[in-house]
Amino acid sequence: MSQFAINLLFVGASFALYIGIAIWARAGSTKDFYVAGGGVHPITNGMATAADWMSAASFISMAGLLASGGYANSTFLMGWTGGYVILAMLLAPYLRKFGKFTVPDFIGDRFYSNTARFVAIVCLIIASVTYVIGQMTGAGVAFSRFLEVSNTWGIWLAALIVFLYAVFGGMKGITYTQVAQYIVLIVAYTIPAVFIAFQLTGNPIPMFGMFSTHTESGIPLLQKLDDVVSALGFQDYTADVDNKLNMVLFTLSLMVGTAGLPHVIIRFFTVPKVADARWSAGWALVFIALLYLTAPAVGSMARLNLMTTVYPEMAGQVENYDEAAQNPILYEERPEWFRTWEDTGLITFNDVNNDGRIQFYNDATDYTDRGWEGNELTVNNDILVLANPEIANLPGWVIGLIAAGGIAAALSTAAGLLLAISSAISHDLIKTMINPKISEKGEMLAARISMGGAILLATYLGLNPPGFAAQTVALAFGIAGASLFPALMMGIFSTRMNNMGAIAGMLAGLICTLLYIFTYLGWFFIPGTNTLANTPDNWILGISPLSFGAVGAMINFAVAFAVSSVTAAPPREIQELVESVRYPKGAGAAVDH
Amino acid sequence: MADDKSNAAEYWKANVRLIFGCLIVWAFVSYGCAILFRPLLAGIPVGGTDLGFWFAQQGSILTFIVLIFFYAWRMNKLDKKYGLEE
Repeated sequence: MSQFAINLLFVGASFALYIGIAIWARAGSTKDFYVAGGGVHPITNGMATAADWMSAASFISMAGLLASGGYANSTFLMGWTGGYVILAMLLAPYLRKFGKFTVPDFIGDRFYSNTARFVAIVCLIIASVTYVIGQMTGAGVAFSRFLEVSNTWGIWLAALIVFLYAVFGGMKGITYTQVAQYIVLIVAYTIPAVFIAFQLTGNPIPMFGMFSTHTESGIPLLQKLDDVVSALGFQDYTADVDNKLNMVLFTLSLMVGTAGLPHVIIRFFTVPKVADARWSAGWALVFIALLYLTAPAVGSMARLNLMTTVYPEMAGQVENYDEAAQNPILYEERPEWFRTWEDTGLITFNDVNNDGRIQFYNDATDYTDRGWEGNELTVNNDILVLANPEIANLPGWVIGLIAAGGIAAALSTAAGLLLAISSAISHDLIKTMINPKISEKGEMLAARISMGGAILLATYLGLNPPGFAAQTVALAFGIAGASLFPALMMGIFSTRMNNMGAIAGMLAGLICTLLYIFTYLGWFFIPGTNTLANTPDNWILGISPLSFGAVGAMINFAVAFAVSSVTAAPPREIQELVESVRYPKGAGAAVDH
Repeated sequence: MADDKSNAAEYWKANVRLIFGCLIVWAFVSYGCAILFRPLLAGIPVGGTDLGFWFAQQGSILTFIVLIFFYAWRMNKLDKKYGLEE
């Protein structure tokens, strides 16, 4: 069977599974549509949350980020997992107790203000739309690489599949397809990692193999990697970071952003009890960690494999790295996977010094003494996970599995985001703010139409990515962390916080964060309009625009408390509402107004 | 009624104390061991690198999992102790 047929079989079978689940789990009521009926088991929800959370970026890009950045990019690992600790302790159980359907529901009711609700809706939509574009383009890339269709067709195909199960199944359909997608993606991610760890270190468990001895050279794997990359002028893989303040703030921004992202929070509205919301957060992190603990192993091992593919003499025990560096492989003798990926343009070779060999090194270092005239190879970080099975010579079905896994990761996150967007429109905007008299049936129809509309919008933006599409980390995490997270937390932990304080805080956090981002990345992300060049010298106190979400959150808290302290305390019934969300007793299932 | 109120207030205080304790550990392993104190831990070797690197890529995540389950377990006990469970 050809590789194409195998890929088609795996992807087709996974689609049949998702659609089967969608037919089985149709939504019969708004409660089914928004919170899957409120009866999802905490472990099931944990698994669905993991798939909801782990996007195309986690599946495809994370290992590449670690491979290229080494220790410095540990921020992503800690930030995207540590957020679940604050979510489990500061938000999820109380929002579950509150028992409504959406995040703006809580902000609007708790701060007795439709203005606050509207600010929350706007923040939610900006964050989720930015995020969903990346999923659509990610699915498009996976389709075009593995199914040999054009990118455009890939995106339309992804949209159609999501449409089928999200519009009919709502949160109920999404929940159970996410469980299936989690299983597909984790199996696809783990199998090649186990093989590679075993090949390189003899230890089949990647997270242990990474810290074991590299079989071929007899020295620890990470030390081997440091030796190899530094011999080629790259920074040591495990090198420490100088700007610790920025590293701390970036990690913190990713953490508060994670905790404040609405598509993650609403997953915890689907469990039956408050205690379940706490357990479920723990299970979600267990399932996420299965991938996140493996990713650094995949990153480091793939980097080493890539280097020793180009410089075969560097693989074993090396006395003199300078000498080993003189003998990279001939371009004509490059391996088969190398050729395949060259076709996609994600690996490119340019023989600058015309010696027929591949010189792959850090251009910033001068190696004219070695007769090198410039780096000749560029490798896109995103291919490391996708090419892993080919690099390790694994059978064709593993490649088919990776294709299905990458698509599952993109679709599951897209569906969760689309639900957050459509429920903000049909529930918060239409039902709560515009037409409270709308019937259950009318709201269901509105929910389905909003979902369809959101999918069309996401497809359009996936096909024509606007400037902000690449800014998921800055924009989605910045806004969720600086605006939504503090408002939610103060709504629970401060009985004194009032409407004026919350609105002022959210706007201050949002505006400061956007201003800081726009200053360096361009106004509204239009290239060339940035006020200051985006270089560390220009950053205030060395804080990168991506790390500013945490500062925005602090501004939010400070402004909210200042404004709240000079304005009237919230009415008595609101203070009672805050009291009631703090105690699990009497929660019951999520209810409508 | 007054008893109920002070009971509930005590439950909330116990919860906040527990959260505070857990978040100290949360910050210590990630911002502490993995980032700020990494130079101090440089002398402790772990598989070809140092303890700080291990915390940044493995240890902090493992600690986060333990923290959430520990919190859920302690809160279940508090829910029962104060008679506030569902």
